Amino acid sequence: MSDDFTPENPAPDGEYDAWLDAVDAGDGYHLVCDEGHGWLPPRRVCPRCGGDLREEPLPDSGAVATFTVVHVPTPSFAAEAPYATVVADFGGVRLTGVARQFEDLAVGDSVAPAVGEREDGERLLLLERA
Amino acid sequence: MDRTPPRVAGVGLTHFGVHPERTGRDLFAEAAERAFADAAVPREDVDALYYGNFMGELTEHQGHQAPLMAEAAGLTCPATRYENACASSGVAVREAVRAVRNGEADVLLVGGAERMNNVGTAGSTEGLAVAADDLFEVRAGVTFPGAYALMARAYFDEFGGSREDLAHVAVKNHDNALDNEFAQYRQAIDVETALEAPPIAEPLGLYDSCPITDGASAFLLVSEAYVAEHDLDAPVAIAGTGQGGDHLALQDRTDLAFAPATEAAADEAFADAGVERAAAAFAEVHDCFTIAEVLALEGLGFYDRGAAVGAARAGETTADGDLPVNLSGGLKAKGHPVGATGAAQVVEATRLLRGDHPNSDAVDGDVGVTHNAGGTVASAVVHVLEVRS
Repeated sequence: MSDDFTPENPAPDGEYDAWLDAVDAGDGYHLVCDEGHGWLPPRRVCPRCGGDLREEPLPDSGAVATFTVVHVPTPSFAAEAPYATVVADFGGVRLTGVARQFEDLAVGDSVAPAVGEREDGERLLLLERA
Repeated sequence: MDRTPPRVAGVGLTHFGVHPERTGRDLFAEAAERAFADAAVPREDVDALYYGNFMGELTEHQGHQAPLMAEAAGLTCPATRYENACASSGVAVREAVRAVRNGEADVLLVGGAERMNNVGTAGSTEGLAVAADDLFEVRAGVTFPGAYALMARAYFDEFGGSREDLAHVAVKNHDNALDNEFAQYRQAIDVETALEAPPIAEPLGLYDSCPITDGASAFLLVSEAYVAEHDLDAPVAIAGTGQGGDHLALQDRTDLAFAPATEAAADEAFADAGVERAAAAFAEVHDCFTIAEVLALEGLGFYDRGAAVGAARAGETTADGDLPVNLSGGLKAKGHPVGATGAAQVVEATRLLRGDHPNSDAVDGDVGVTHNAGGTVASAVVHVLEVRS
């Protein structure tokens, strides 16, 4: 693969792109310390307690903690609007993603992570109702 | 550290509003000129410029702004830009206070500027989003109204409250801006109008959101020794400073409906000033969205958690209430040129305490509080201002 990075051939964002690949393959994970604080990569230590981190599988579904329906997006999300931004609890970690299906969405609903694509080809984390 | 608090010797603002044709350097030059006109301080006495700006690279293709702004102010001196998103000039104020207190400077120019309207609504929405976590929030469609909407829904879910409660915050802050010549919105609105406005990020609508604003702020911060030596009329001191921090991304916070960075900043600032919260005659808080004022009042410790959402509706935080909040009109009605806001709050609070603000009559006491937040309150800066003899 060429390392002549351009907007059409961007450099991967390290552990973030690797994490999206894993979620896309159904092998999502998160990082947990001995105190049970959960995070997304890249992290070398727990920001809350300074402890070491280990990988744990991401649960298949999480519960909506809060959400908003966005009507005024950033330019890169213009084709998506209106869409819901969802923050969901997955046990030790929370994820933020997009729900394209948001009619009657409510706090507590069960959502599952998946990787989708925006109109411009950029990947995004989807959190649609499970 | 020398605990002698520095004084505010002169203040200046530009009009906050829609000025897409005005460059950042022109805006800051005007604010600085007003500050010098308001102070009996010659330019050659200024030791340094402490300057806040957030998105200058994105909106003006201009980095390294501080030396440019020093020039605009008519100064040749060390100049540093502080960037902490919407708390950029709040942080600049704090660092300036510390520099004067520890004897490194006697006279500092402090302020900030932001140009936003020249890139339009989409461009400034993109610019503001940069304050969130790019990988895990912005790439999931998080906008700034969206982020505060996430907190608003979490708040409603945990404590109750309604869009109507938030509308009263907007109505109050519009009322407070009516006589403020520097404010962007000087029209009264009613609750019905706020509730019927188009949604931006549900549950927040157009009138829950501060406008996109161009503007600048500046003031001169001087040591007490300089005040005495030059017999200055500078009665307002910045008596206490505090700063708090939190995880950048909302998803990583322990709590989605509380701002611990504000609490930490307030605890530090009140202790630093040696002032009780009950002494505060008014507060200028970071109401970029109506829910942000609620979170600020609870984080500052003026209200218990879950108790501030009805404060405006009950008249407790209106101009004639027990604790008037955002007598300037706040970010909501005065406007929010992000890099200028923290220092602008100090300018407004100084005028409120000096008695030359159109809303000074609402101030019953000699202590005022400013609260400036960055991002979704991953940064918070609190200052306690006090009239000294």
